[in-house]
Amino acid sequence: MIAVGLSLQYGVARVLNVSHGEFIMLGAFLTWTMFTLVGINPLVSLVVCGPVTFALGFVLYRTVYRRIRSASESPEIFEGNSMLASFGFIFIMQNLAILIWGASSRGYSYLAVPVKLAGAEFAANRLVMLFFAVMICLVFYLFLTRTRTGKAIRAAALDPAAAGIMGIEVNRVLALCFGLGALMAGLAGSLLSMSYMIQPTMGFEYTIIAIIVVVIGGLGSIQGSFIGGFILGIIGTIVTYIEPGLSLVAYYLIFMLLLLVKPSGILGR
Amino acid sequence: MSTRKGFSRPGSAQIALFLILMVLLPLPLYASKYTVVLLGNIFMYIVITVSWTIFSGPTRYISLAPAAFFGVGVYTAAGLGHVLSLPAIIITGGLLSFCLAVLVGGITLRLKGIYFAMFTLGLVELIVTFLRWWEVNFSGTVGRLVVSVDNTTVYYVMLFILVLSILTAHLLGRSKYGLALRSIGECEEAASHTGINTTLLKIVTFAVSASFMGATGVIMATRWTYIDPRIAFDLDLSFMPVVMAIIGGMNQLYGPILGAVFFTYLEELLITRFPYYYMLIFGIILVVAILYLPRGVGGLMQMRQAKRPEGKHAHTSN
Repeated sequence: MIAVGLSLQYGVARVLNVSHGEFIMLGAFLTWTMFTLVGINPLVSLVVCGPVTFALGFVLYRTVYRRIRSASESPEIFEGNSMLASFGFIFIMQNLAILIWGASSRGYSYLAVPVKLAGAEFAANRLVMLFFAVMICLVFYLFLTRTRTGKAIRAAALDPAAAGIMGIEVNRVLALCFGLGALMAGLAGSLLSMSYMIQPTMGFEYTIIAIIVVVIGGLGSIQGSFIGGFILGIIGTIVTYIEPGLSLVAYYLIFMLLLLVKPSGILGR
Repeated sequence: MSTRKGFSRPGSAQIALFLILMVLLPLPLYASKYTVVLLGNIFMYIVITVSWTIFSGPTRYISLAPAAFFGVGVYTAAGLGHVLSLPAIIITGGLLSFCLAVLVGGITLRLKGIYFAMFTLGLVELIVTFLRWWEVNFSGTVGRLVVSVDNTTVYYVMLFILVLSILTAHLLGRSKYGLALRSIGECEEAASHTGINTTLLKIVTFAVSASFMGATGVIMATRWTYIDPRIAFDLDLSFMPVVMAIIGGMNQLYGPILGAVFFTYLEELLITRFPYYYMLIFGIILVVAILYLPRGVGGLMQMRQAKRPEGKHAHTSN
């Protein structure tokens, strides 16, 4: 789900948003704040986190990335510059969060009861998290394939110039995509906060994993991201089984090997 | 000719540099210990930024690997500090970074644009996680001790590396290799068609710039006395030179130096009292610089001379 958001931002809006993890962090902390201060159910706060992160992403694209886009002479320069700008946002968002919420890690307990399912025990909050993640991905997939806006997004991803000629407001679609990517990250963060500890610097780790997943699947290919996530999950489990300390090393190795052999990814164009 | 004017006039710039050097040389004799340490820090960032710019400036390959090369130097100091003399470790550290850069450059420099940036970022993280795993499982410790060296020695070694790196950057910028690197940045295919061995040139330049970072890593490690993988391979060291070079402007030699001095001083002012504000300001400046100052402060100064044609046509004005 995290990777799908990133894939959308890179595939369509051409921004390799390395501050993606910071949106996850934001979603997580919003949920945490609402739960501990007001006692709002984390699942209800999904409804709040989504629009907030969406708006933030949308505005960011409208103000910052569009400017960089019009100032850049070629797509390559735009990709480089926008990536650097998003590095800037890592610093900004992380430290704002530290100033607001403090640097320590937080957590709360919600639905932390064991549930028996098919003979094995699971924590209820993880099951809920998994269920909602799958549902959100499904809804999102339907949105992309079945609606007119989804069609416009796919058109803009394939060929922005032609899409513009066909009467699609490309700039708006790109901003929409960036916002949707942020929305996915925010929702993911919200869900994550139910079962993991959260802290302002948590984002980067997720960003790196998301980048790896997206590269494996093919930058800009949303189906690829699903496949990439699946492959990475399998490899992670196998390596963790053999040598637990090396799973991150394995991720990086696969990532780098893939960049060397086929930088465009499994389903890349 | 606009970018090269400053070099062809033998007067002002060289004299200014010479004067600055004359002030810096006897400094530890009269300045406070604090100033010496601070200047050592500033030198470190200048070296890393300048050597980053040697490769990434003209070729436009965004390398996020400085932390890796720096860390190699740090670990060389930790591993060989008890065995070899200081100059020997510094040279070893530089050489090891050089070798790593040749290896990495050899396999990765055909990646373009952000793929290269992502690969180099992955490299740093790969080394950190692997090293941590290795230390825990085989040597039983996470951190290591480094033989410490007194501040004055650190200062002079840093000054020496600094002069060496600036000299290298200056000479390279003037030579035909500098021009060749720039043409790689403008259009790599055209560069290779004009008979430039682009691969070799890229790898060698990348490795030279890495060896400066490695040497810096060795000498700065002696100041920390204790290191672990995360300290040695600090990702901030990968981002800092990029930001410093962007803000200073990469077209002139003094751009990265200005950027490095400015940020190190800002860090010194803010980081002890408001560490988070420093990073916050750092991020804001980065975004603003990319938005409004694509050529950096140095580029701003240059803009007064002539309005250059943009991007792909820039070679006509060089």
